[in-house]
Amino acid sequence: MSLYYVQKLLFQLNRDPRVRKRYEENLDSLLEEYELTAEERAAIRSPDIGLLYVMGVNGQLLMHYAALRGFEWDAYIEAMRAGERRYGPVRTGLYVRAGMSRP
Amino acid sequence: MSLVFAGALSHAPGITGRAARADPSLRDAFYANLDRMREALEAQRPEALVVIGAEHFANFFMNNMPSLCVGMADAYSGPIEDEAWLGIKRRKVPGAPELSQRLITEMMQDVDLAYAQEWQFDHGIMVPLHFLTPRYELPVVPVNINCQGPPLIPLARCWAFGRALRRACERAAERIAVVSTGGISHWPATPDSGKINEQWDREFLAKFLDNRRAELLAYSDEETHRDAGQGGFEIRTFVALAGCTEGSKAELWFYAPIPIFAVGCTVAVVRL
Repeated sequence: MSLYYVQKLLFQLNRDPRVRKRYEENLDSLLEEYELTAEERAAIRSPDIGLLYVMGVNGQLLMHYAALRGFEWDAYIEAMRAGERRYGPVRTGLYVRAGMSRP
Repeated sequence: MSLVFAGALSHAPGITGRAARADPSLRDAFYANLDRMREALEAQRPEALVVIGAEHFANFFMNNMPSLCVGMADAYSGPIEDEAWLGIKRRKVPGAPELSQRLITEMMQDVDLAYAQEWQFDHGIMVPLHFLTPRYELPVVPVNINCQGPPLIPLARCWAFGRALRRACERAAERIAVVSTGGISHWPATPDSGKINEQWDREFLAKFLDNRRAELLAYSDEETHRDAGQGGFEIRTFVALAGCTEGSKAELWFYAPIPIFAVGCTVAVVRL
């Protein structure tokens, strides 16, 4: 389980302009520094906001990553809903129950 | 006695960032009460403002997460978020390092604290400052309670922190204002954003306004998560303020669910 490192990457991306610069210039080398699965790397790269949500990424991190990648507010919310439809309920973390409460 | 003002207010990023999308009558009534809170704060001529907030992974992360952290910096900066996204321009905010150090030293007699000489404010502190200190002249002492990454500090420890803060304020010569800022029930940044359990909020607020310690401390995290969402964990900020103002009742100046702000928007002021 490397969800911790997915979140750590997004945490550092959100707060540190130097990490954002590396993200823009050489994403491969940045991703190498985090212990990520192939699925996680692909979800970050796409970006697949819905899959990141279903993986259990905290929304307080994810909403800024979505904004960075050009998702307006409604598109961000819809991307998470689409993620649940495509990948199923949230797998771990605080949102597990929220995922199960919707049809 | 140097605690001269105490109040509680919401801080959701939509309050400034998605202002244009809210019901204008509700939004303007909310803003009017935030303005009224600013006037009441200014009338007490505070020399420093303690903001008890619940930040959202701007500074504190699961690599080294403090339950309670108090700022001790000369100055802070914020918002850490995109300026256009939040609707607040980035700026420096003055700190009160010497006062911070005295408060921290005194509080450490009663509670374990982390301190920070570097801190980038997120919306959790910038939205309250935007309304309460729009000129950003009042020195700030930020406090963070981890309400994001469990395990979370128990509510009774938040009350004990508030009590310790009160004692420390009373030993300081400065005129100190304290505001707490957190949501009640809400499901922010999830597909359920905009969902608000108004009945739960009103029951919680009734206990807060009456400073009913036993009832405030009786909430379990399981119940809060079920009925008030993961955002409900931020009731820790209200509980800390209630501990800080133990024995005093508060007035509710405004409460209304504003779904596009993703929270029941609240303004409350304690009768000290």
